[in-house]
Amino acid sequence: MTAVLPLMTESALPVADQPVGRWRRLPTKAKVGAVLLGLFVIIAIVGPFVSPYSPGYQNPSPALSLHAPDAAHLLGTTQSGQDVLSQLLTGIGLTLVLAIAVGAVATALSVIVGVSSAYLGGVWDEVLMLIANVVLVLPALPLLIILLGYEPRQGLLATGVVLTALNWPWGARLIRAQTLAITNRDFVAAARETGERTWRILFSEIVPNEISLIAASFVNTVLFAIGASVALAFIGVADLNSYSLGTMLYWAQSQTAMNQGAWWWWAPPGIAVALIGTALVLLNFGIDELGNPRLRAAGNLNRVGGHRLYPADPTPVLHAMPKERGPVGRLLHSFSRSSLLDDRPGSRDGLSGHLSGPANDGERQ
Amino acid sequence: MPFILRRLVFYVVAAWAAITLNFFIPRAIPGNVVEAIMSKFPGTLQPSAQKAIEAMLGVGHAGSLLSQYGHYLVDVAHFNFGTSLANYPAKVSTLVGAAIPWTLTLVGSATVIAFLVGTGLGILAGWRHGGLLDRALPGLMFIQAIPYFFLALVLIEVLAVHLHWFPIAQGYNGEVLVPGWDWSFISDAIDHSLLPAFTIVITSMAGWMLQMRNVMITTVGEDYVLAAQAKGLPNRRVVFTYAARNALLPQLQGFGLAIGFVVSGALVMEIVFSYPGIGLLLLNSVSSNDYPVMQACFLLITFAVLVANLIIDLVLVFVDPRVRAREATS
Repeated sequence: MTAVLPLMTESALPVADQPVGRWRRLPTKAKVGAVLLGLFVIIAIVGPFVSPYSPGYQNPSPALSLHAPDAAHLLGTTQSGQDVLSQLLTGIGLTLVLAIAVGAVATALSVIVGVSSAYLGGVWDEVLMLIANVVLVLPALPLLIILLGYEPRQGLLATGVVLTALNWPWGARLIRAQTLAITNRDFVAAARETGERTWRILFSEIVPNEISLIAASFVNTVLFAIGASVALAFIGVADLNSYSLGTMLYWAQSQTAMNQGAWWWWAPPGIAVALIGTALVLLNFGIDELGNPRLRAAGNLNRVGGHRLYPADPTPVLHAMPKERGPVGRLLHSFSRSSLLDDRPGSRDGLSGHLSGPANDGERQ
Repeated sequence: MPFILRRLVFYVVAAWAAITLNFFIPRAIPGNVVEAIMSKFPGTLQPSAQKAIEAMLGVGHAGSLLSQYGHYLVDVAHFNFGTSLANYPAKVSTLVGAAIPWTLTLVGSATVIAFLVGTGLGILAGWRHGGLLDRALPGLMFIQAIPYFFLALVLIEVLAVHLHWFPIAQGYNGEVLVPGWDWSFISDAIDHSLLPAFTIVITSMAGWMLQMRNVMITTVGEDYVLAAQAKGLPNRRVVFTYAARNALLPQLQGFGLAIGFVVSGALVMEIVFSYPGIGLLLLNSVSSNDYPVMQACFLLITFAVLVANLIIDLVLVFVDPRVRAREATS
């Protein structure tokens, strides 16, 4: 029984309440990111069923080579008469599946390595972290190119395995640091005193407290895997007969879609990658804000005497605040106060400004 | 062990790992690699090229795997990477040597500029948390999420092809000019580097800015910043000497870890702009199965990243008193 009480109070996870309430409390950035990402996941799942043509089907009619978007081909056709929309729908799926698989396996690896490195300590810790740091410091893309350059097929599996092998160290380092911090907490000591087995302490006491960190490292890994796999395919180090967002960009570039003004061919895959990436970055920001409330956007800044009061500002001294300005004056003022280099005595940014009061105000306007 | 010496040992280990990877990857492929490579160049490779491939892979040396490995290490130490297969019989070191200055000036300066500008903007956004610049963050995230090469393509299309503000590609106008130290060549090279540099800066800047902003926000909430304000210190001093000065330390450490990633991105940029640096050389060697050049490029990029990390560690010793203190006590 002694173990239960500290565990409840120490737990970093909020007590579960209705899902709706939890969703509402999420930062806006996380919500936008989750919705956007969900949209792409739905496209990835439904895409192959609703795609109007087979992505590889080459329409032999010369009129359909590089055809601009119309009712039959909503995103136009490629040089060889393939439907861009069908390729896009297939490509989003392939790119996401690869990235999410890499993210899942790499994150699992980093949890295992990070936790065991911190818990085992000693030589194990030294060796595991040395390997992690070496992998981390080697430039990823050239290493990927070298590793895949010898692989004759350069298929999805090879790309996935290599991306996973290069992606676990970052998360492992973070999780190791977090585990070291948690291991010294009372509830872990209590669990140890009650005779819990080591693996049980690790996976039911420590790991659940690192969920936000694990989520962040998963999102980061997926983000990196998308960027790297698209870049690799773009430079031709991939299975060029498959249809991913990267290979679409590769073919568009190599068949000079840009010079021929075929924007419907090269723009959609690039925009799709950018949107998926934005969703993931937003999600990550949301997770960060959940863990560190200070980062939350100061949306409803206090206004004191017509001034926006930033969190970095000291407590205002009310009687010394300058008088209310008209719209133009406010605009001019907003420019002058955003200049950090201005620290003359008249500046109202710092405490000195508040104290010196309206007397100095006149000379600045 | 002093901090710098410890780091130095680490970088030596990392460099050794890269060289060893380079040695064992070709051996991990089943079958006879030399013959497999030779068969990819039917007719174009002289039988004498077989020696070059063997030298590059270290298999030409007689003896056990261990002695082959030893010979390979000696070759690398002498920058002897064998002969290019695609441009036979050009030496790999010559090809790589010609590409280094281009990459070093473009990628090096663009990365440093992006770091400085991004960190500066991050200080502003973090200090004025919730201000105008801070509200522009979602837009910056979008720019950061665009694949860098895709943004490069768009910028070439708009700024170079349609508006004719910049040259479309290449490092200099090869039809008219010969590389040299005369003004007409240098000004032409600068003209050609502007758009690639601009692209690298705006794509990698956002990352530095986001990171600096986050650390800055946390730092601004610290008690010593409040104390500095309460003392009535001028704003500039509080921002730069108190808050940013301390927020810079994690940023610098992040710079070391991220530099490999940034350099990788910049290398892809070279490919899009047909810029005659290491990135383009690496790509061309990949598409022509020119393994010796591929391996030399990889080693060179890795060494450059390791040296950059070492420099950052040296800077950290100067700016972070805690590192110095640890060094004094150990």
